[in-house]
Amino acid sequence: MNQPVETDAAQQAAKKARDGRNLALALGLVAFVVLVFVVTLVRLGGNVAKPHI
Amino acid sequence: MTSDSAETTPLRDSSETARWQDYFQLMKPRVMSLVVFTGLTGLLAARAPIHPVLAAIAVLCIAVGAGASGALNMWYDADIDQKMRRTRGRPVPAGKIKGEEAASLGVVLSLLSVMFLGFAVNWLAAGLLAFTIVFYAVVYTMWLKRWTAQNIVIGGLAGALPPAIGWAAATGSAPLNAWLMVAIIFFWTPPHFWALSLYVTTDYAKAGVPMLPVVKGARETRKQILLYSLILFPICLSPVLTGLGGPIYLAVSGLGGLVFLLLAWRVFASKAGDAADPRVADRALYDVTEDEKAAGAKAARNLFAFSILYLFALFAALLGEAVTGVRPLELLK
Repeated sequence: MNQPVETDAAQQAAKKARDGRNLALALGLVAFVVLVFVVTLVRLGGNVAKPHI
Repeated sequence: MTSDSAETTPLRDSSETARWQDYFQLMKPRVMSLVVFTGLTGLLAARAPIHPVLAAIAVLCIAVGAGASGALNMWYDADIDQKMRRTRGRPVPAGKIKGEEAASLGVVLSLLSVMFLGFAVNWLAAGLLAFTIVFYAVVYTMWLKRWTAQNIVIGGLAGALPPAIGWAAATGSAPLNAWLMVAIIFFWTPPHFWALSLYVTTDYAKAGVPMLPVVKGARETRKQILLYSLILFPICLSPVLTGLGGPIYLAVSGLGGLVFLLLAWRVFASKAGDAADPRVADRALYDVTEDEKAAGAKAARNLFAFSILYLFALFAALLGEAVTGVRPLELLK
């Protein structure tokens, strides 16, 4: 009788861990996109603001 | 899935229950924090104008690169880590994360950090970061560590390079002063690690890692600690000759260096490592028995603890002087 209860707990733990990993990965990807965007602005900023005539 | 099938399902794959924190542990956060600190010091000590966003990106890339090499190290060294008390709880030997996953994470983050640093900041910094990762993961971890008692001497270069990466990120060059900071960490590493290895000798021996006390004995290790400490002292003072360190740095490096030498001498004069206790590594730093005190374990622990404080103080002095605009001394001019 104890075995299924234990399995449920293990499944819940696995789901919680997976959700945590997914969230961390999502946040990491969003942060990376934001970083690329900000770096692009910084690197291009000067050149775009003062175009050569 | 029914409960019946669940009962007959083989044991859940350990990596399915791994938490994100376990992956973070793969990146050796404590080492990473030291690398960030020294890299940031190199970046600011260069006293060159750099956009704050790019400076932050450079430090982030250095941190991620260090974490990536930590993950590669944990993948390759899982067999050794399994045998040592200090490292047994790491995610791979503890079965929380598969070795292949650690390796994949290490490779992906290595490429990402190097490429991003190159595109966002400059390619000299990126090249130095790539060299550091390869040197740590391949030259040190896969080769030196299991092969020679000089493993941490040569391998220490990887841990020493972050200030040069920071400097290169700020200026696009790596002049003498950047390499002086590298030299400080490089010559600090052997006495630091050998002081530790003097009281965890049995652990290294059990894992088959040819640390100096295991191969050459405690007496030779104590002598080498003193020799490297004697070399370290003038190297730590040299930044005040070359326009890197100011008066605060001079005071910190001079006084701290003398204390370092005193503690190294005490280790040399002690019997630290002669009677290694296999239980020692399980205990807190200063949980030392009377017998071990007599054997010099406390002397080795004192040096180990002070070495961390000393390196932190040296770089904090350089960082503080750079941030507050204290003029560096140039005693050679």
